[in-house]
Amino acid sequence: MIEFKDVGLVYPNGTEGLKNINVKINEGEFVVIVGLSGAGKSTFIRSINRLVTPTSGSLLVDGEDILNYHSGNLRKLRTKVGMIFQNYNLVKRSNVFKNVLAGRLGHTGTLRSILNLYSKEDKSLAYESLNRVNIAEKLYNRADELSGGQQQRVSIARVLTQKPKYILADEPVASLDPPTSHQVMTYLKKINKEDKITTIVNLHFIDMAMEYADRIIGMRAGEVVFDGPASEVTEKTFEEIYGRSIREDDLRGGADES
Amino acid sequence: MTNENQSLVQKSVPLYPAKTKMQVTIIFFVVLGIYAFSMFWTQKEMVNGFGGALGNMYVVIEKFFPPNLSILPAIWNAMMQTIQMAIIATTVAAILTVPLAVLSAQNITTFKPLYVLTRTFLNLLRTIPDLVLAVIFVGLFGVGVFPGILALTIFSLGILAKLISETIESVDMNPLEAMRASGGNVFQVIWYALVPQVLPQFTSLVLYVFEINIRASVVLGLVGAGGIGLVLNQQLKFYNYPNAMTVILVIFAVVLIIEYISNKIREALI
Ligand SMILES: Nc1ncnc2c1ncn2[C@@H]1O[C@H](COP(=O)(O)OP(=O)(O)OP(=O)(O)O)[C@@H](O)[C@H]1O
Ligand SMILES: [Mg+2]
Repeated sequence: MIEFKDVGLVYPNGTEGLKNINVKINEGEFVVIVGLSGAGKSTFIRSINRLVTPTSGSLLVDGEDILNYHSGNLRKLRTKVGMIFQNYNLVKRSNVFKNVLAGRLGHTGTLRSILNLYSKEDKSLAYESLNRVNIAEKLYNRADELSGGQQQRVSIARVLTQKPKYILADEPVASLDPPTSHQVMTYLKKINKEDKITTIVNLHFIDMAMEYADRIIGMRAGEVVFDGPASEVTEKTFEEIYGRSIREDDLRGGADES
Repeated sequence: MTNENQSLVQKSVPLYPAKTKMQVTIIFFVVLGIYAFSMFWTQKEMVNGFGGALGNMYVVIEKFFPPNLSILPAIWNAMMQTIQMAIIATTVAAILTVPLAVLSAQNITTFKPLYVLTRTFLNLLRTIPDLVLAVIFVGLFGVGVFPGILALTIFSLGILAKLISETIESVDMNPLEAMRASGGNVFQVIWYALVPQVLPQFTSLVLYVFEINIRASVVLGLVGAGGIGLVLNQQLKFYNYPNAMTVILVIFAVVLIIEYISNKIREALI
């Protein structure tokens, strides 16, 4: 369980990224965060694995306040929280298998990982993860030889190999075309259901949010302005979150093409 | 406000602010002035210089030719020594450069005092010319290969660490963030996300520095730091020009061959 208690974050330059956030995310939920650019979605999500550090309040992950974590337990925290990025963040010159095995870094000693001494289980886990996102045949391709959608699937496989309890995804489909976007979201949803991994996704497409989310959290100017089940959300809700009327580019579309 | 904007648009907005334009113009004329001035002064001497040189040319050529090729086997050892000096110095520098380059890359070493310290150290290192290093080490350890290797190592360490830390600073930080987010520690992040990105550049730069070292070690030999340069120096001292010419030809051939090979390798890498 993840619990934000009065969490605030002020960046060194004085920008308030988060203001007085109070949110509780339960086991197994699929939560989508929506909001305009600059609303604080990335800041919210990156606080959970401490890529940024909130400056006030407390943030509990499995009952422990992670805000006073230092290197040792920070590593442990990040090992159980997997992350997916907008730009896939693969090592482009390394092959797919090596990229996916990197998901084991947190579980592996420094020397073992540097010498590539992964256990048999780790290797078969990596292979199996690639299989689950249907990209095992690209095992030895260099990452930069893959298309955007394929790279994002590899990065999902990397997170799966990590065996996380939580998955954070920061705009995972923003660089993809509509059919590929739906494919990637479908994989995330499937993993969430099958492995019971709590998943938090930032999106700015409202149709996708409504289609895949169990629960939607709306943010504006660093504050949570909406929080409720996806079934209760209408276009009106989004207009309130965004503070303006809905436009064409707020929709990804293409649901039936995929 | 709107009026002002409109008039700006009508006047066609310049690409750079007027102040920048002014500064660039001034700098341009100052540089031009320096060129003109130095050209004027050097030419005064160059005219005599050239005249004299043409006259000397004939004398020099006559003295150096034909080269005495019979000493080839005798100087071969010294040439190999020079190559070995360059190899050892480049290897040691390539190893020592790794921690220094990482510590002086701003994107990896976020602890500022450490970064500033390494940077300053490397800058100091680079201000010492290789010849001065050689003279100092020959003074300390006597004539031979060892002071040459030391001088070359420190000389190439200065260049390599600087160039490689700049390569590190230009890498894509995204994969590093991903490795950190999946629980990797500093060494794992560097090994998995940084090393693959800089390895081709690293190899290429090491080869490049190796080429420089071959040439530099000849010059260092002149001040007593072993290798073929030492032989060349001796032959010149005894006015044995045909022998010296053979040495020069051998150096020329070896430098060309090594440059060719390392160019081919570097092309294949990038
Ligand atoms: N490193 C930083 N330093 C200073 N200010 C920052 C930093 N990162 C983000 N901000 C600011 O914090 C606010 C929230 O940014 P954040 O990246 O969380 O927004 P977002 O909702 O993810 O937007 P987007 O949809 O564009 O990704 C913005 O005003 C942004 O300018
Ligand atoms: Mg963002």
